[in-house]
Amino acid sequence: MEDKLEARLLLMDSSPSGRVVESTRRIMYTVSLTLLPAMAISVWVFGWEAVRVLVLAAVFCIGLEALIARFVSYKIDFLDGSALLTGILLAMNLPANAPWWMILIGSLVAIIIGKQVFGGLGQNIFNPALVARVFLLISFPVEMTAWPKPFAGVDAATGATPLGILKTEGVGALAKTNLADLAIGSMGGSLGEISAIALLIGAAYMIYKRYITWEVPILFIGTVFVFSGIFWVIDPTQYADPMFHILSGGVFLGAFYMATDMVTSPLTFKGRLFFGFGCGLFTIIIRMFGSYPEGVSFAILLMNAMVPLLDKYFPDKKFGMVQNG
Amino acid sequence: MKLIEKFKKTFFTENPVTGLLLGLCPTLAVTSSAENGIGMGLATTFVLVGSNLVISILKNVIPNRVRIPAFIVVIATFVTIVDMGLQATMFDLHKTLGLFIPLIVVNCIILGRAEAFASKNGVWDSLIDGIANGLGFTFALFILGSIREILGSGAILGFKFWPEEYRTILVFVLAPGAFLTLGFMLVGMNKISKALQGGK
Repeated sequence: MEDKLEARLLLMDSSPSGRVVESTRRIMYTVSLTLLPAMAISVWVFGWEAVRVLVLAAVFCIGLEALIARFVSYKIDFLDGSALLTGILLAMNLPANAPWWMILIGSLVAIIIGKQVFGGLGQNIFNPALVARVFLLISFPVEMTAWPKPFAGVDAATGATPLGILKTEGVGALAKTNLADLAIGSMGGSLGEISAIALLIGAAYMIYKRYITWEVPILFIGTVFVFSGIFWVIDPTQYADPMFHILSGGVFLGAFYMATDMVTSPLTFKGRLFFGFGCGLFTIIIRMFGSYPEGVSFAILLMNAMVPLLDKYFPDKKFGMVQNG
Repeated sequence: MKLIEKFKKTFFTENPVTGLLLGLCPTLAVTSSAENGIGMGLATTFVLVGSNLVISILKNVIPNRVRIPAFIVVIATFVTIVDMGLQATMFDLHKTLGLFIPLIVVNCIILGRAEAFASKNGVWDSLIDGIANGLGFTFALFILGSIREILGSGAILGFKFWPEEYRTILVFVLAPGAFLTLGFMLVGMNKISKALQGGK
């Protein structure tokens, strides 16, 4: 026990150290609350199906974590809000008509493979909700690409997301979509990715509370904007415009809620800049040249894997230290 | 009695795949079904037995300095036999295993047993060692292939038990599924190995 404590002390950064009143529990629940606007929009657009997916994902994730807590040697506080947040974020990544077994498998993957095999909260390399999303996307391509149309009710027809349309039919088919619809959230897609404005409201509060910093989201969205802009300027008949690229798909959800995850993003300022840039770059590369229409989740997972390297190569300058050699 | 101990070792505590983490390339690449796993395992077993046998016979003739090239020549001979033999008799299996048959030649289990065991022990012991390690490898590949086949295509040894209209977890027959399954399999095998050692 004492060894463990000492190891933890050694990991601490140099002084000055600040004291915070925030606890993990409080941060997790607050972040979950900031997702309320986005949840409200998803319920408004997709109806009760969205509530079903959200509740099921949250219950499954918390339940599984409680179950696992009985079998492992270390202590798991399954009500600390992290499982709840994972559940909500997982639901945000699913279509509103996701069947219950898919949500269950997603929760299993998120909690067990995404989080607990690494040793629980704070130890995971990858964002658990994104691991689950990619797992489901690869395993059940049919269910994960048939998105219910907005405002269409329970038994409604399904269709592609704007990005899916862009991939299969080209930029010409996008003439009907207008940017206001994309910003408010009136489009096909997963629960959480549809409304950029609702996500912005929640994210603004998180930035105000300093739960997240501006670097990753701004660099992420900025890189997507700039690179898609370059392609658009070169050939507007073949590539979609940059506003479309940042407002459609999971860029806002990914940039504000997935890439900024405290556990799986870099610790230092320069590292975070690089991290955000990499996320944006991979997103655009996958969207433009990959076989999947959307690249946000893959991009963030790729950059998650690089976080230990980024922490190593972009260390913070220690207070009072002199640069030598 | 010693024989049982030997097999216990190569199947569990010192299993080439789950105990020593050797030969992971074919392990991960071809185990998308139990049948492929068995095929790959038995092909490797054949090469392993053959090379162990020949190397233990020739161990006093081979100069120490050039032993690795000499081992490789012996192993490559048997790999060529397996490659052509499979092509002639089981063409479908040969097609699925494809590139990984010629690659048996660089499988570290085989070179490892040649270097660590066959070049120092008698013919009979080397033969047993080859069989034990080969079957241990086959066992690991069979388990891995079975898990992936059950979860990924809803079938056991090609027999579909999962109704067509229900989904299977496709990722398990793809590359990421191989890594995930192997990881969880290592957990299970380590538990079993510990229990076996504790029982001694």
